[in-house]
Amino acid sequence: MTTLSLTVNGRQVNTEIDPRVNLADFLRDRLSLKGTHLGCEHGACGACTVLMDGMPIRSCITMAASCEGVEITTVEGYDDDPLMARLREAFREEHALQCGYCTPGMLATAYDIVSRMDRADENEIRAELAGCVCRCTGYRGIVRAIERCIAEKSA
Amino acid sequence: MKAPALEFHRPDTVEAAVAILAEGDGAARILAGGQSLVPMLNLRVAFAETLVDIGAIRELAAIEDAGDHIRLGARVSHARIEDGEADGHCSGMLRHVARNIAYRAVRNRGTLGGSLAHADPAADWPVAMIALGVDVEISGSNGNRKLPVEEFMVDVFTTALQEDEILTGICIPKACPDLRWSFHKMRKKAGAFGEAIAAAVHDPESGFCRVVAGSSAIGGPQRLNLLETALQEGPADDDAIRDALTRTIGPLDRYEMQIHTVCLRRAIEEVRT
Repeated sequence: MTTLSLTVNGRQVNTEIDPRVNLADFLRDRLSLKGTHLGCEHGACGACTVLMDGMPIRSCITMAASCEGVEITTVEGYDDDPLMARLREAFREEHALQCGYCTPGMLATAYDIVSRMDRADENEIRAELAGCVCRCTGYRGIVRAIERCIAEKSA
Repeated sequence: MKAPALEFHRPDTVEAAVAILAEGDGAARILAGGQSLVPMLNLRVAFAETLVDIGAIRELAAIEDAGDHIRLGARVSHARIEDGEADGHCSGMLRHVARNIAYRAVRNRGTLGGSLAHADPAADWPVAMIALGVDVEISGSNGNRKLPVEEFMVDVFTTALQEDEILTGICIPKACPDLRWSFHKMRKKAGAFGEAIAAAVHDPESGFCRVVAGSSAIGGPQRLNLLETALQEGPADDDAIRDALTRTIGPLDRYEMQIHTVCLRRAIEEVRT
């Protein structure tokens, strides 16, 4: 066992963990934050993407024990963050989700794209999104939702 | 799948990390960003009894201007390079290479040193670093050493690192402002590993010139000296590129030959024009 102290969705967590545990399993099994979804478990599908210190990372290929001192934000933790509130709205308006399995990872990735980029065409957004797989093939709506939020940013 | 049971250490100095490696007797491995090692542990294709997480060693995240070169700590992430933190005359090339590695979520964790030390034959950094002629710094039980990156990259998933050694820094020479570079990667999807990679670098002031190809098919990065002469003398035609590939690497099947030839031709043309 190894000790771990980190902040998850604004809450300080001090605990002991088995060092083989990845961050996604730690969030889901130890903190009951089931909004972080596991798809491929080797970093290819993007479903488990969460924010670490404000930056998107893959929680399935991040050891929980490596997260000492960091701040993690999962889909449950954005509360009234204005950008995430707007993204949720845009996802609804553009029908950017169907089954919802990829959505937590898509939202974390979209949050990063809109934060980092002041302008982006469809191809650039698609390249940025390439690490997130949607098996309902709902990319058009997701891309449009992100396009909308970027456009509003510079309006 | 999940990683097997393992011991975990998170030292805050290079010396402490080296001491744990030395005790590990070959079964301890450095964990940097973990973007290759952790999935490989999950899939049980890599093994480690002990992980030595270097995420708390602050000096390994430093970027410093060291006169005639820029020194990047081994755990500087791809994303920091993509965002232009490693400034210098070749920063355009560094940013370009970084931006095209995997996905932003991977680039936030994955590190330059991790990529070199992991030595995946399809990785981008080994090709780019050999093309730029960088040196790497290593610390171990017997002290520090420095060697050219092409000597560091020994073979597929094999480097010059001893069991008790850690890659600490990458020294990138400052090129003249007229440095010309090109980096081409063929892949089926944004974010995927390259099926063929080619880099060409030419510094007209110093005469420094390198042409490097890389991929799993050709067993990792390969410097193509024959094309370096060609690049400086005149346009390299496809026959000359195929000849250089065959003489340097050996026979390739038609598809591999074609994609590597096209990548190299594009890289060389871009540097020449």
